[in-house]
Amino acid sequence: MTRLVPTAVLAAFFTVLAAVSASAQSIDETINGLFASSTGWFVNLIFSNFPGTTFPWIVGWLVVAATVFTVYFGLIQFRAFGHAIALVKGDYSDPNDAGEVSHFQALATALSGTVGLGNIAGVAVAVSIGGPGATFWMILAGLLGMASKFTECTLGVKYRNEYENGTVSGGPMYYLTKGFAERGIPGGRFLAIMFSIFCILGALGGGNMFQANQAHAQLTNVFGEYPGFITGVIFAGIVFAVIVGGLKSIARVTEKVVPIMGVIYVGTALIIILMNYDMIGWAFGQIFAGAFTGLGVAGGFVGALIQGFRRAAFSNEAGVGSAAIAHSAVRTKEPITEGFVSLLEPLIDTVVVCTMTALVIIITGQLMSDPDTGLYLLNEAGTAIRTVGDNSGVALTSAAFSSSISGFKYVLVLAVILFAFSTMISWSYYGLKAWTYLFGEGKGKEITFKTIFCIFVIIGASANLGPVIDFSDAAIFAMAVVNIIGLYVLMPIVRRELNSYWSRLKSGEIKKYT
Amino acid sequence: MSEKFVVGYDGSDVSKRALDFAVARAKAQGGSILIVHVLEWSPYSFLTPQEIEERHARRTEELERAETALMAPLKKTISEAGIPIDTQIKYGHVAKTLCDIAKKEGATQMVIGRDGDGGLSTRVFGSVAGSLVQVAPVPCTIVP
Repeated sequence: MTRLVPTAVLAAFFTVLAAVSASAQSIDETINGLFASSTGWFVNLIFSNFPGTTFPWIVGWLVVAATVFTVYFGLIQFRAFGHAIALVKGDYSDPNDAGEVSHFQALATALSGTVGLGNIAGVAVAVSIGGPGATFWMILAGLLGMASKFTECTLGVKYRNEYENGTVSGGPMYYLTKGFAERGIPGGRFLAIMFSIFCILGALGGGNMFQANQAHAQLTNVFGEYPGFITGVIFAGIVFAVIVGGLKSIARVTEKVVPIMGVIYVGTALIIILMNYDMIGWAFGQIFAGAFTGLGVAGGFVGALIQGFRRAAFSNEAGVGSAAIAHSAVRTKEPITEGFVSLLEPLIDTVVVCTMTALVIIITGQLMSDPDTGLYLLNEAGTAIRTVGDNSGVALTSAAFSSSISGFKYVLVLAVILFAFSTMISWSYYGLKAWTYLFGEGKGKEITFKTIFCIFVIIGASANLGPVIDFSDAAIFAMAVVNIIGLYVLMPIVRRELNSYWSRLKSGEIKKYT
Repeated sequence: MSEKFVVGYDGSDVSKRALDFAVARAKAQGGSILIVHVLEWSPYSFLTPQEIEERHARRTEELERAETALMAPLKKTISEAGIPIDTQIKYGHVAKTLCDIAKKEGATQMVIGRDGDGGLSTRVFGSVAGSLVQVAPVPCTIVP
């Protein structure tokens, strides 16, 4: 008798599910239509081109900034690389500070916020629209981005707020206000407010909807079609349990499993690349040739460049300001040390992980080309390269991995869900920091934001990829517009810190603890 | 040269027995006691953004709690017995931290407890005893 009860409950559940599925398809469409029509203007503004060109001004904005910081700090990404590794290893950490947040922990947490779907789905989008050449520009953007990250994270630590109860809050909103005030330049408060608004949108977009959307895409890819609404509700429920219910156990498990997943992902990619070692030379040939000629992709080499830069920025978030929030709680007397550590982030995220994904897609021959001309074949709409099985986004990466190691799609679905989840947890935190900066601290205010965040998980899983990816990119790049203005104004402060620290390091005043 | 005992202490029954043992020896030989409480901690563990934000506050709390709940009562009773006593609270890998302190403070002996019956805390403490036996820089007594 008692066994009948769960069976009856299950039966009822499936009846309800079936009914929900039928109507959910139309719910999906309604959400999608509403979403696309309400965010279109914002997307158009951010992605408008330089007058008379097809080059989006925002991409230029990010690359110019990264280049300026690279030159201004004298190729800091290469100069300080060894020192950054030593800092992460803990060579310069005072043993008496044990028990505080270490450089390694700050880096690992920031990385679990950035290593996510951008590395899996974003790269697939970049190479399918921009061709293999996009990889070259992506790597270059990653290397330059290290200098942007260095600048913002140093400022994040330097101008953080330390409260009496010992907690810390940092990020662009704090260095924009305090740093501008220190230099006697007006407008800091205004920029901080703008940044906070965009950060909330970015948290809801790239940090949330894009993740939910691609997690759902991967689930349907493996387990068959079903309404996104259902994935959304389940995801939202778990996220709610963690960020509102304080279910730390789930977050803790994710934080531990995500790095392992990252290693498995890169390891598998390496195995596939080595299995096709005879193709490595050819793949790099495609990447270099495509970088400067486009090899027939839509928009030619400019198309490759735009896609490469755009996906790199979306993936490693250099110049966006989010990392400055994540890194600001580290325990250090020298803010600059966290800058050094943070420059490893774009390197790991973009130069290593993203490149792996791109190489696997190229080497396994997912992109279809004309055997006679060597140029890539475009799809019917002429917007992207035709792929084997017409895949895009995360499905393309999944197909590439599975073509060499069948069954890897099941590992990938787990990776995607975990990456999506850890990115959501990180961005819910960034969004919350921006929210409390605008509206003040307080339990009720925090719960309001967290609830909105969960609702957007459902919207993200239900909407189509197109409008979601556009809005996500637009919101995150809007953060970069404000943040980089701040970085230009405050970069002399970072250089002063750098010169002082570097001379003390060289003179032996700053020593290793052994 | 007078004996200096480093005692690993975490408030458990076994660690109390270890401390009693060390106190008795110190009294007989005219030595001093250094009680060390190590909070297990790795700088390479993974934390959520929320935990990172609160870490400094938590650490302060943990240190205060260890001082008032564990160390303060001991200091009182043992110094009343006329034995010179000092205490330290540290974060880190338990066995490694104990060894580092023993070396740094010039201890002549280490004493820790061991509980042979396999609960969770015992497992942790037992493995500490196991590794100390292998790496201790000074003679090490393990009290059952």
